[in-house]
Amino acid sequence: MGKSAIELIAKTPCAGLLPIEIGTVSLTEVVPDHMTIVAPYAGKDKELSAALKGAHGMVMPAANRATGKGANRAIWFGQGQILLSGPAPDAALARHGAVVDQSDGWAVVALKGAGSRDVLARLTPIDLRAGVFKNGHTARTDLMHMMASITCLGADEFRIMVFRGFARTLVHDLETAMQGVAVRALA
Amino acid sequence: MRIEGSANSASQINREKPVGFRFDGISYQGFEGDTLASALLANDMTLINRSFKYHRPRGVLTAGSEEPNALMTIGSGAGQDPNVRATTQELFEGLEARSQNNWPSLEYDVLSVNDLASNFLSAGFYYKTFMWPKAFWEKVYEPIIRRAAGLGALSGAHNPDKYERAFAHCDLLIIGAGPAGLMAALTAGIAGVDVILVDEDRQTGGRLNAETHVIDGMAGHHWAENITAQLRDMGNVRIMTRTTVTGVYDGGTFGALEKVSQHLAHPAKGMPRETFWRIVAKRAILAAGALERPIAFKNNDRPGIMTAGAVRAYLNRWNVVPGRAVTVFGNNDDAHRTAADLIAAGVHVAALIDSRHDATTDLDVLFYAGAQVCDSSGRKALESISISTVAGVEKVQTDCLAMSGGWNPTLHLACHMNGRPQWNDAISAFIPVPDMVPNLDVAGAALGSFSTKGALKSGAYRAKLALEALGVAVPSGSKSVPTPVAEDSEYKVKPLWVVKHKGRAWLDFQNDVTVKDVKLAAQENFRSVEHMKRYTTQGMATDQGKNSNVGALAVLADATGRDIVGTGTTTFRPPYSPVAIAALGAGAQGKGFAPQRFTTSHKASVDAGAPMVEVGLWYRPSYFPAPGEVNWRQSCDREVQQVRRAVGVCDVSTLGKIDIQGPDAAALLDLAYTNVFSSLKVGKVRYGLMLREDGHVMDDGTTARLGPHHFVMTTTTAAAGPVMRHLEFLHQGLHPEWDISLTSVTEQWAQFAVAGPKSRELLNGLLDNAIDDESWPFMACGAVTVKGVAARLFRISFSGEQAYEIAVPARYGESLFHTLVARAKSLGGGAYGMEALNVLRIEKGFITHAEIHGRVTAFDIGMQRMISAKKDCIGKASAAREGLLDEDREQLVGLKPVGAVKQLTAGAHLFAKGADAVRENAQGYTTSVAFSPLLGVFLALGFLKRGRARHGEVIKFVDHLRGIETLCEVCDPVFFDPEGGRARG
Repeated sequence: MGKSAIELIAKTPCAGLLPIEIGTVSLTEVVPDHMTIVAPYAGKDKELSAALKGAHGMVMPAANRATGKGANRAIWFGQGQILLSGPAPDAALARHGAVVDQSDGWAVVALKGAGSRDVLARLTPIDLRAGVFKNGHTARTDLMHMMASITCLGADEFRIMVFRGFARTLVHDLETAMQGVAVRALA
Repeated sequence: MRIEGSANSASQINREKPVGFRFDGISYQGFEGDTLASALLANDMTLINRSFKYHRPRGVLTAGSEEPNALMTIGSGAGQDPNVRATTQELFEGLEARSQNNWPSLEYDVLSVNDLASNFLSAGFYYKTFMWPKAFWEKVYEPIIRRAAGLGALSGAHNPDKYERAFAHCDLLIIGAGPAGLMAALTAGIAGVDVILVDEDRQTGGRLNAETHVIDGMAGHHWAENITAQLRDMGNVRIMTRTTVTGVYDGGTFGALEKVSQHLAHPAKGMPRETFWRIVAKRAILAAGALERPIAFKNNDRPGIMTAGAVRAYLNRWNVVPGRAVTVFGNNDDAHRTAADLIAAGVHVAALIDSRHDATTDLDVLFYAGAQVCDSSGRKALESISISTVAGVEKVQTDCLAMSGGWNPTLHLACHMNGRPQWNDAISAFIPVPDMVPNLDVAGAALGSFSTKGALKSGAYRAKLALEALGVAVPSGSKSVPTPVAEDSEYKVKPLWVVKHKGRAWLDFQNDVTVKDVKLAAQENFRSVEHMKRYTTQGMATDQGKNSNVGALAVLADATGRDIVGTGTTTFRPPYSPVAIAALGAGAQGKGFAPQRFTTSHKASVDAGAPMVEVGLWYRPSYFPAPGEVNWRQSCDREVQQVRRAVGVCDVSTLGKIDIQGPDAAALLDLAYTNVFSSLKVGKVRYGLMLREDGHVMDDGTTARLGPHHFVMTTTTAAAGPVMRHLEFLHQGLHPEWDISLTSVTEQWAQFAVAGPKSRELLNGLLDNAIDDESWPFMACGAVTVKGVAARLFRISFSGEQAYEIAVPARYGESLFHTLVARAKSLGGGAYGMEALNVLRIEKGFITHAEIHGRVTAFDIGMQRMISAKKDCIGKASAAREGLLDEDREQLVGLKPVGAVKQLTAGAHLFAKGADAVRENAQGYTTSVAFSPLLGVFLALGFLKRGRARHGEVIKFVDHLRGIETLCEVCDPVFFDPEGGRARG
């Protein structure tokens, strides 16, 4: 419009901060195409789950679980809420629940590699034993002093999310913990 | 003195690897595997410290973490570590240790005169003596006492060391890796449960490392090594050495301190000093062993007098003998082992003294049965002891006395949840009772099973109980764990607490408490054990009286004519051994104290030179200095004028934004807000006021209706979290039947205020479709697009000017901010910060949490009429209480200076014009102050008794703290454009 040809430039939450790799563990930013809170209206869990399955191929996850695969995930996100990560939400979802765009609200990182459980164990109080927090398990919990969403996506792979504004502290805290784990290997 | 290998075939020092270290500036040599204490003793350093109060010469008493005497300062500079027990500090090349609590030196300590004045320095002396004059306590006495009596000191500089915290989870936590702990771990490990085995020592084995016991035909410590290797291979057993469980907490949570690099000469870069673990376990077994207790006799604190078990540990584990002619004094069979081990190692044992009349020995040694050591002599080192026998007192030359008053189970952790142990006459000690801590069992010597076989059996048995409780099959058949063959000798203790003799006999070595002190406490009627403890400070030092509490209790019992059971015990509390605050608060030093929350415009603001201020966890720009501006007021005044005359841009993303959807969304808003929201039309915004249950103001803000069942609420920055929680409570707690979904979208949207007469002009240069007054009247809202990006536009104003807030998905925040500011500048405006925002809102009388600080009501701020009569709301009933509607209350007013002094400050007090500025006359206070460049005066908002009825009155303004006094005229809080015509456009 007008004389200006300026376009708005998009920036990711962890721009300039990642990736990093320390020892056997890597930390990279994940930028899902879309992130959407989907919250079923009263009594509409089944309908919403069916709509989710029909449109995006994943059912509504139970509490502390995530469904889906690859870049498309439905992650339990607290009481009565799931986070649909990846696909643009199908219009059918809004018939059965509240749909809220969160594509820009969260910083998302992937922590991968042998020792990533040890890294997380320096920041979060949840039980991370491989037999307890398995692939497809998720938790809303503390990460150092922040509230986070942590999802296990493999033996040594985790997706960690905090509010966008905390991105720098998130990277700092994870980096400190990664150093703590890496340096133990030298002892 | 170091000797050749002892009967314990392999000592645990590596003679191939000498290690150099320094003590009080002098170089010494030890070996790899030594502790600082064993290395000092090997170098014949018996005097290594001065005592706390009397500055008595002291040496090493024990070989473990219970050590009361051998406290050292390790290292130097900012990170120097005071009060480190030399008995647990592993030796490393270049280690630098200093003795504490002496001046000018350890050998010649001036304050040892305290010892001569001991008659005046007994328990209670300070309380009795330093009562008067009153003012002297804080200024004179206390500083002097603190300098004279003390432990080591911190450097006072910022601690540069790294500490770490971590969490661990397991099915079974085993505390202590001695024979009992190892057997428990083996049994549970084979059963397949997740085990964490913790020990404070550098290696597993516990007492087996200090004794000559044989298990299954091999040296005890070799057996421990074998079992440990098996455990490591299992995969489900995690062994944590150099880790002390320091506390037991609710829900099966244990605190544990791991020493990570304190034993290393050259720790890898970034390696933490310590890691503080929080371990959560379904079950736990306490197998922490036992601690030996000294016997109280006259001058029992001389360097060279040690516990008998410690002498064995130094001999067997480190091949160190703390003397050339050793005497042994005990009241139990275990003490005889010390004499036996010494003789077997070829060390001269001058005498074995046993207080039991029926004691016998086969050892080739001068033996006294039914005798007691009643005194010692030697100033800086033990030279001789006096033995009281039926025949009289004999003197024996000796430079080391190994004493044993028996053993106390290490039950401290079992007491951390306030459980009380039980007295056991058979071993003359307290033992834990079941269920002192839920799901924690006790095994081995910690439960009073003092023989090696007893410990092994007990460990295996308690592990089986734990497995049963966990619902896991106990290993059987070929997998079952046979009890190894080991000694099962009796210990046959006969209590001996005090050897009666005139003179001072020490109980608590670390706090310099003597038998006399405890008796004095009883004499002065501090007869309860808790009172005695506080009167004498018995057990209140950093070792919590590990060596002395039971002895002191026995003395008190005797002095008050009760038995030990009747006397009771004090409580053990965390931590079991000292924990640095730096370890507890690991990660929270400096900026780690709280996470930092940054807006999308943060970098742009910092690049523009704006000082950032903390607002909760957020950082916001204070002001944007322009070239030539040298103080903040210049920048602030300019920014205010730019908004009033042209246009300003401010990042308001930090305000809470709550997305509220669902058929009952409007009902929730009507309940939460005092005013009606169900009547709000789609595409409109309304200002709302929210009360707490108690009728006081909780928060305020605007809420926009985006659809019939879709609202977006804004909260203040400070109350974003609390309001979200409040709304969730209303939904989940009061109206679970309502169909509502609440989502925080604070971070999804980057939102900017564009304020000023030219705000629309600025936006129209940017929006894909231009707006006008008709399409976007005051308090309108809706969807727009900015350069093709879907955005939200709200016509709301916190400045009183025509203003908008534009929200874009946060990824575009930085870019939009740059664009908005550039355009504002081209229109004669620019960015504005918190200072200007504050001035603008004060000129308009808009409130913030400076005004709604938690003690004010809607009535107080002049918004009583916003509490709708048509509906109920949270806080409505409480707000209607008589006292909250009293005209005499302090009410929101505006203030302008009319006196000679024109400066106003926030936090000042208000008085009637002629009244004295004293507390009794206070009539109110100021909450916010700004210099208005528009009006050319300071303006204040504040609360004044009956304020609304006093507009026009001149009152006295006094800021006692800053020394400012002036006269003010009371006026309406809206100083500027009271009709609001500018915002409406």
